[in-house]
Amino acid sequence: MTAPVDGVHARLTGVTRTFGLPSGAKLRALGPIDLDIRRGEFFGVVGPSGCGKSTLLDILAGLSPPTDGSVVFEGKPVDGVPDGVGVVFQEDASLPWLSVHNNVAFGLRRAGFEAAETARRVDYAIGFMGLREFANAYPAQLSGGMRQRVCIARTLVLQPRLILLDEPFGALDQQTRLLMGEELLRLWRETGATVLLITHALDEAAMLSDRVGVMSARPGTFIDFIETQWPRERDSRIVSDPRFGAVTARLWDKLRVESLKIMGTRTQEKAP
Amino acid sequence: MKRTGDSILLILGIIATWQVLYWLAGDVALTSPTTTAAHLWKLLGTARFWEHAAETARAFGLAVLISLLGGVALGVMLGLNRTAGIVSEPILIALYSLPKVTLYPLVLLCFGLGVSAKVAFGAMHGLIPVTIFTMKAIMQIKPVLWRTAHALRLTPRQTAFTIALPAVLPEVISGARLGFSLTLLGVLIGEMFASQRGLGFMIMSAMGLGDNATIMAVALFLSVFAIGANAVLLRLNRVVPG
Amino acid sequence: MSRQILSREGWIRLAVIVAFVGAFEAACRLKLIPRTVVLPPSEMATSLWRILQTGEHTTDILSTLQNVAISAALAVTAGFAIGVILHALPRLRATVEPLLASYYAVPTFMFYPVFIVVFGVSARAIIAIAVLLSIVAMIASTLTGLDRIPRVLRKTALIYRMNTPTRAVLIDFPAAAPHLFTGIKLTFAYAFIGVIASEFILSGQGIGYAIAYAYNNFDNRTMYGLMLLVILVATIANTALDTVDRRLQNRLRR
Repeated sequence: MTAPVDGVHARLTGVTRTFGLPSGAKLRALGPIDLDIRRGEFFGVVGPSGCGKSTLLDILAGLSPPTDGSVVFEGKPVDGVPDGVGVVFQEDASLPWLSVHNNVAFGLRRAGFEAAETARRVDYAIGFMGLREFANAYPAQLSGGMRQRVCIARTLVLQPRLILLDEPFGALDQQTRLLMGEELLRLWRETGATVLLITHALDEAAMLSDRVGVMSARPGTFIDFIETQWPRERDSRIVSDPRFGAVTARLWDKLRVESLKIMGTRTQEKAP
Repeated sequence: MKRTGDSILLILGIIATWQVLYWLAGDVALTSPTTTAAHLWKLLGTARFWEHAAETARAFGLAVLISLLGGVALGVMLGLNRTAGIVSEPILIALYSLPKVTLYPLVLLCFGLGVSAKVAFGAMHGLIPVTIFTMKAIMQIKPVLWRTAHALRLTPRQTAFTIALPAVLPEVISGARLGFSLTLLGVLIGEMFASQRGLGFMIMSAMGLGDNATIMAVALFLSVFAIGANAVLLRLNRVVPG
Repeated sequence: MSRQILSREGWIRLAVIVAFVGAFEAACRLKLIPRTVVLPPSEMATSLWRILQTGEHTTDILSTLQNVAISAALAVTAGFAIGVILHALPRLRATVEPLLASYYAVPTFMFYPVFIVVFGVSARAIIAIAVLLSIVAMIASTLTGLDRIPRVLRKTALIYRMNTPTRAVLIDFPAAAPHLFTGIKLTFAYAFIGVIASEFILSGQGIGYAIAYAYNNFDNRTMYGLMLLVILVATIANTALDTVDRRLQNRLRR
């Protein structure tokens, strides 16, 4: 009943990221990371603040190179942003000067898709994300949740095979989050893409993922992988499954130790 | 360390640019940095210079006082009443962007050709930014602070001095900095147009006599004064929390 | 979005202005303010109308408008260019930043006589001082606009694999546009002030010059007519630019 796993979609081997500080010292923000992301899986990542989750995403997406180690996507080494990867950032990345429609169409137009195909895909994505009513509105007129939907729609239209999301629902209230989580699951099922979701909300990770990776405090490495073994056709009501509590408990068990490590050190230097 | 190094670099850069401009434009237009500095030093030793400086200082001092006190008072009054604030803001901004020099003849006709006209003109320039900054600062005090004062049962006077004033002080000082500079500009322009005394007049009469050295020396003196005063006020801005 | 012509505050504002002008008019007519000092607003208006009709100051008016246009255009382009360069060279920017910050502390206008000495009493001197006065506003606004481009939009550009020139046109410029427009608004206002002040102090042409000339010749009629012209032009132009500025800033509201 688990998601069909069809080989390794992306692989990180020995990946680390080290920053130089103004004082001259070096700060290892991440790693070493050894991770195989299976094709078609929904992989969640949780970890304490500052463990390097966002850095991990940047490296996986080809936005910044690792200091050490290798990143391979679909069998090829990653150099710059590879074709087939979509990213939804934590911050609102909607373009304020374009309407919702033009925001969603942005990537397609840039990639040179012809008008008919663009219109078709944009129409589908807007409908899929429930934005039809707001197609001509501007981001400033929308709520935070709606804007994130615009960003997701914009990523959707390019039909990425790997979708990376960095705490996309961080700024939303709990109820909206749960519903957006359901939409994300729907998207995952219908596109068959591989999804990697970074979140600080344990219940979200437990509910949405096939597998959750738990990261340690900085420098972040994976200290545990938990298989949830949920059915593919799931939604937020999985929270009432008796095994849900066990999954969350196991996540927190590992995470609590790591989070306590950083509790007293919040004032120390952070990676840029 | 890096900061002072950079500042010195900047000053040297300015002097270097000045020197290059001098080489390009020649004695007819500018005087070199060294000549200007020497001339200024000489001027500072003359009684005539200090008479003019005192005249400007008198007008400026009074104008600044009026700008600050009047601006803060007006800003507070307009700011405390939300409607008054919203109504006045565009009017004040329109007055701010107006070339007030056009109103100078009106000021002269009202006040005559003496010091009071310069004071009025200077105050006109400085009053508006101080008012705008103060008013906006008052209007932007978070409502939760007013509610806190209410919950603590503070009297209006206590609220004003312990909550409102500290809350707006940084913005008021920013406005005061701007008002200071603009008042100086107003007084100088007044002196350049219609006065027989003061540093502005000194510049214009030097121009009439082709005395470039004096123009540059007085301008240098005023620049140093203005930047120095601005730096002091900036310091004040940093010291005040908020 | 409200469909009223004016908001409630807008109507109050209009009433305040009308009341003020009305009171002023009454005070003049009732001889509370002597005619030698100020004319009633209605007479200022008729004087302005006459000036425009007879065209006796058309050369002056055109001269001023031309100088303002040239100064503003120069200051905007040069200011933008300098802003872009400074933004790209952080070390240079850090060194120059104190200069920019304290620029408006200095009464820059006092350098006008220097330009007169260099260029003589001419349009060039006026344009020079007006540009000097307004350019820093554009530089500062350009820097702010480029600074405030959200990092996430730069990352988005990377995702779409844009090269730098494409990113500059499709992402940087639209993102910075509202701040750039604020710069243009301020540049125009300062250029206008600079030109009028220069014409007033020393010039052979222009509205400022005409006002000073009328003042020196006790021609209150003409003087107040032209003053009214400056007030109207400045207010209308600045308000229009400000309205556009607000609209653009609203689009940014996140």
